[in-house]
Amino acid sequence: MELRNKVVAGEHLTKEEYLRWHRLLFERGWIAPSWPRAFGGCEWSAVRQHIFEEECGLAGAPGIMPFGIRMVAPVIMKFGSAAQQQRFLPRILSGEDWWCQGYSEPGAGSDLASLRTRAERRGGHYLVNGQKTWTTLAHYADWIFCLVRTAREGRPQEGISFLLIDMRSPGVTVRPIIMLDGGHEVNEVWLENVEVPVANLVGEENKGWTYAKYLLGHERTGNAGTGFCRRWLGELKALARLQAGSDGRPLADDWRFRDRITRLEIELMALEVMNLRVLKLEEERHAPGPEASLLKIMGSDLQQALTELTMRALGHDGARAPQAATGRYFNFRKASIYAGSNEIQRNIIARHILGF
Amino acid sequence: MFTLTDEQRQFQESLQRLLRDGYDFDRRRAIAASEAGWSREYWEQLAGLGVLALTLPEAHDGFGGGAVDTFLVMEACGRALLLEPYLATVVMGAGLVARAGSEAQRAAILPAVAAGTRQLAVAVYEPGRRYALDPLVTTAQPLESGGWSLSGAKTHVLNGGSADALIVSARTPRGVSLLRVDAAAGGVQRESYAMYDGQRAATIRFDAVRIGADALLGEEGAAAEAIEYAVDAAIAAVCAEAVGAMSALLETTGQYLKTRKQFGVPIGSFQVLQHRMADMLLATEQARSMAQLAASRLADATREERRRIVSAAKVKVSEAARFVGQEAVQLHGGIGVTDELPASHYFRRLTMIEVAFGDVDHHLGALGALLFD
Repeated sequence: MELRNKVVAGEHLTKEEYLRWHRLLFERGWIAPSWPRAFGGCEWSAVRQHIFEEECGLAGAPGIMPFGIRMVAPVIMKFGSAAQQQRFLPRILSGEDWWCQGYSEPGAGSDLASLRTRAERRGGHYLVNGQKTWTTLAHYADWIFCLVRTAREGRPQEGISFLLIDMRSPGVTVRPIIMLDGGHEVNEVWLENVEVPVANLVGEENKGWTYAKYLLGHERTGNAGTGFCRRWLGELKALARLQAGSDGRPLADDWRFRDRITRLEIELMALEVMNLRVLKLEEERHAPGPEASLLKIMGSDLQQALTELTMRALGHDGARAPQAATGRYFNFRKASIYAGSNEIQRNIIARHILGF
Repeated sequence: MFTLTDEQRQFQESLQRLLRDGYDFDRRRAIAASEAGWSREYWEQLAGLGVLALTLPEAHDGFGGGAVDTFLVMEACGRALLLEPYLATVVMGAGLVARAGSEAQRAAILPAVAAGTRQLAVAVYEPGRRYALDPLVTTAQPLESGGWSLSGAKTHVLNGGSADALIVSARTPRGVSLLRVDAAAGGVQRESYAMYDGQRAATIRFDAVRIGADALLGEEGAAAEAIEYAVDAAIAAVCAEAVGAMSALLETTGQYLKTRKQFGVPIGSFQVLQHRMADMLLATEQARSMAQLAASRLADATREERRRIVSAAKVKVSEAARFVGQEAVQLHGGIGVTDELPASHYFRRLTMIEVAFGDVDHHLGALGALLFD
């Protein structure tokens, strides 16, 4: 209840608060809806997972951070060794290990393949040097999965490997990046002469790009966020009934504002159907496709429109910091940038759907 | 739209130099984080350069400048993201005193504003009433002794926490009046807060504040027009500020696109991004046209004409501010949503300008009413 209030109020959660919800789901056996039963998951259909997520978002449940359950785990299941599966997957399920994602670098954002963090083989371990950035909640993390350069020959994509690095290793430094809403979610992660056992390499050396692409496909599908959008829309409608316009009548009675809300209602309806259509396609294909890029764009557009209109409902009262609605508006400018910017998503659509 | 005199041009250059050299990003950040949220040292420099006196009447230590001069100052403020309360003290406060005040009130207040020793705040908005300008909860009852007893509450009072004197709208027996209240008077409770752009505003409560008979600004019950004019002047001023901020944001975004490399080339070499910059330039220049129109007609237009131009300018500038701000952040990518580069700071100020003194919907309604009712 108290957790829900914090989520609805748009406050940043502590690690312990995230974990409390994680453990609750773990105890019910619902923490990994997409995983096979053999690894302790629910093995639900994509549609069922989607319904579960929507309900969680609607109810104001804290998000389950995707980095362990949705991102590194599928890679370990598909490409990792049996030893890695036994070592890491149960701890991801239980929440004992918090994972973060070491992909982006200062010089490698949209152009991820140009990454320069290098890992040199020294007998039984790799020596890793470089810098990762935009690392979400790295200050909570026990482990980071990293894309590192292990070869310089050939195309840039061909010399990348996928390494699992203990955040407690000597040489790992986390520095906060403060966002425009004043919050601390993302970090720089510096890796200086970090020794990583060869046993922590996933799959084969120099094949990391394939695994990374596999992971990114999984990441995008989760981004439409229709559940929490439905909750935000409900909150906006309630706010419009309470908030007085300049003429003293509720904003909900102002046709100009009412139309703006109504348009977002239509957008959300369209996105919900779109989401189901893409899920059905994925079920038929047994793999995420480029259509996930449509969901990423539409979902982030709607999230931004909703946070913006909610801020607008407050008029100049929204200027006062801190303010949940305004903070969320500023915070969600990230939605069209992270997980492959919407420009990159349009490139994917142009190339892989339109065939340019 | 308007041509500057040689004097205005020289003034613009020296002001821009002062802001560029003395008001860099880190300095500004430190000022924003300070208790008051503005720098007295900097305020004194602005006074020394004559910026504070520029638009005040010559009879009271001013230079007698007009709305075009305000435009020049505010445009420079926008470029520098100035935190010092020029808008509240000079444009709104001193503007109201010069327009509605008695000779004695002008003589008491304006020279001190010009010298930088006195700050003002104008309190016209009330809690829970959005952009309505007619006072409802704030009332002033005449006292038998000849003074007034002021009670009520105001919100979104720019510079309300630092001002020495407050100019407060209140309902009095004959209508809407303006009263000058000493910020230190008994019964005045000020709660200052930071806005998302780092500027400060306050919510102020008045609990049977006793003020003298000489505190009335203009005639009792006849202040509505002066309040409306003061807000229109403030809107014209923030339109100019937004234009300055958008121009600077365009430049810094253009620089970023020319230096940030991905896929082996500067990302500014992608046509799709160039076109977005072109659209941002279009929006900025349209906004500049409307901001110039508002500044050039503020003083001499009829009331209806002025209201029409100012609301139209606020709609156009707010929409441009939103578009340019959001796009600049997006074109910067991840670094754009951090506190680390100027882009997000311009975006925050532009967003605050959007919702200040009536948002787009408010002014669409106001303009529509003028066109059709």
